Amino acid sequence: MNTKQLLVILIVILGIVVFSSALYGAPANNSAGTASARMLANTCAGCHGTRGSSVGPASPTIAGISYDYFIETMEAYQSGERPSTIMTRIAKGYNEKEIELMAGYFSKQSFVRLPQEHDGNAARRGKKLHKKYCDKCHEEGGRSAEDDAGILAGQWEPYLRFTLEDFTSGKRPMEKKKKIRINKLDKTHGKAGIDDLVHFYASQQ
Amino acid sequence: MANINRRHFLALTGTALAGAVLGFPMVSFGAGKKVVIVGGGVGGSTCAKYLRLMDASIEVTLIEPKKTYFTCFMSNEVISGGRDIKTIQFGYEGLRKHGIKVIHDLAVNIDPVAKKVVTGGGKSLIYDACVVAPGIDFRWDAIEGYSPRVAETLPHAWQAGTQTALLRDQINAMRDGGTVIIAAPQNPFRCPPGPYERASQIAWYLKNHKPKSKILILDPKPKFSKMGLFTAGWERYFGYKSANSMIEWIGEKDGGEVTRVNAKQMYAFATSKYKGDVINVIPPQKAGKIAFIADLVDEDNGWCPVNHASFESSRHKDIYVIGDATIAAPMPKSGYAANSQAKVCAAAVVAKLNGESAPIPSYVNTCYSLITPNDGISVAMVYRLGAKGKIQKVKGAGGLTPKNASDAMRKREVTYAYSWFKNITHDTFY
Repeated sequence: MNTKQLLVILIVILGIVVFSSALYGAPANNSAGTASARMLANTCAGCHGTRGSSVGPASPTIAGISYDYFIETMEAYQSGERPSTIMTRIAKGYNEKEIELMAGYFSKQSFVRLPQEHDGNAARRGKKLHKKYCDKCHEEGGRSAEDDAGILAGQWEPYLRFTLEDFTSGKRPMEKKKKIRINKLDKTHGKAGIDDLVHFYASQQ
Repeated sequence: MANINRRHFLALTGTALAGAVLGFPMVSFGAGKKVVIVGGGVGGSTCAKYLRLMDASIEVTLIEPKKTYFTCFMSNEVISGGRDIKTIQFGYEGLRKHGIKVIHDLAVNIDPVAKKVVTGGGKSLIYDACVVAPGIDFRWDAIEGYSPRVAETLPHAWQAGTQTALLRDQINAMRDGGTVIIAAPQNPFRCPPGPYERASQIAWYLKNHKPKSKILILDPKPKFSKMGLFTAGWERYFGYKSANSMIEWIGEKDGGEVTRVNAKQMYAFATSKYKGDVINVIPPQKAGKIAFIADLVDEDNGWCPVNHASFESSRHKDIYVIGDATIAAPMPKSGYAANSQAKVCAAAVVAKLNGESAPIPSYVNTCYSLITPNDGISVAMVYRLGAKGKIQKVKGAGGLTPKNASDAMRKREVTYAYSWFKNITHDTFY
């Protein structure tokens, strides 16, 4: 076989390959099945930031979130058990499988912390309160997502405030142990105590 | 190689054929991965960034004449004096950091056969895929007496920047007791709740600074986005429906369509003639100019038909259209919709350039509107591709802020609106 023949073969193969990729470009039936984890997660970025790390000032970072806690949260929004402005409406847009995929995606992302304004003295007092009331579940100063705890360290301040308000006002249900601790914190230290806690989490880098 | 005979040849081509049939994701040899994006608004910028995040081997060039972009969303707060215009201004350094080549030039033609984009500055850019995100243009001929020159006196402020500042300054300079006319456009148009949020924002400013003034909304439509929530808010804060309401809305049945303006004598002509101290004309709209030049528009309606799975143009192969210029209903023409469509499009382009089929899409939209600095409302929706290849709303999802939402929750919506603004602009430009 000479060079000319080889060239012909190559051209033929190339033609087939190009033809085949043209076939791939044809619109398939994209309505069946489930979108990829990344495709689904991309829809969250407008409010929760690229890859789930919010640049603030209020929507929470969901990067690094526990897989189970993500699913639990989305289900609580769907049922309305957890109060919210828009998440109760958005969560209903995704089915069980899609929520699992998003949980997988966000649990693998790193929580990017940005500096937040805070009162140093309040943060120091808050650190003590955290150790006493919260660290048993929200380990490592609220940095850990172990045991399906929400990450609190470096979370956005207004979100922390809203969440604590919902707990103390009874609008958001809590499991028994959590309820005892939060009620005790609220009873003993009141609004100032909650304020100190929020400053502590906001101070974490 | 010299020993390749006819049998070998058949075996070779057979393998290649099998590959084609069985579904090897074969990449065309030597195929480039050049993407040219026309337009650096929310859609174009998001698409550029996400193309690079999804496949760093793609060469992305963004063509945008302006050095900085002003978002339309949150610009109503600039008009009411509550926000510095600098906070809605974004540059392109963030995109450059993603390895995107940003060229400040105007795309003047797209050749779908030679696959190249030609710019006013004389550049000719070859593409494997071209993404067109031209935004809107105005139907200047729809309102007699209105033109780009007249817009310097009667601002539209529907493309943010100098127009936004002009309307802000006019309202600021207006006498107490003056009338602000807002001529709202016919559907479909950019930012469906926008004219009504604007009325709310201006009313808030007037209530606090020029309480004898009025706002008159002249509207060709029988109803509008978030109408129940807006009108309830207007009743609460601005005496809507009462004899001395600050806001009056004249819709379709009362002949609200503005067909002519007189900029010298400051009149807007609908079925009746209305005198204004400030006249904000938001003209009916169509796809941006380059979409017409590049033959991407359905002449019957002035917008670009696309394949909803990929946003590839229905009219030209390898050209994609995203954002306000597209026909993507039930998605609205909004910043968040453009951002969401841009990611679906980027994923489809990446797949195409890598010889794979377009992935299954997922889309979202949220539009916040601020009635006062402490009262926010929203509409949200999640979308999927329906059986007929058209975008459809996910059943049971989304919707409006509930009517009975507490004041505290409405205040939280303001906080989350600002948070959305910060995150979406970051997701788009950085």
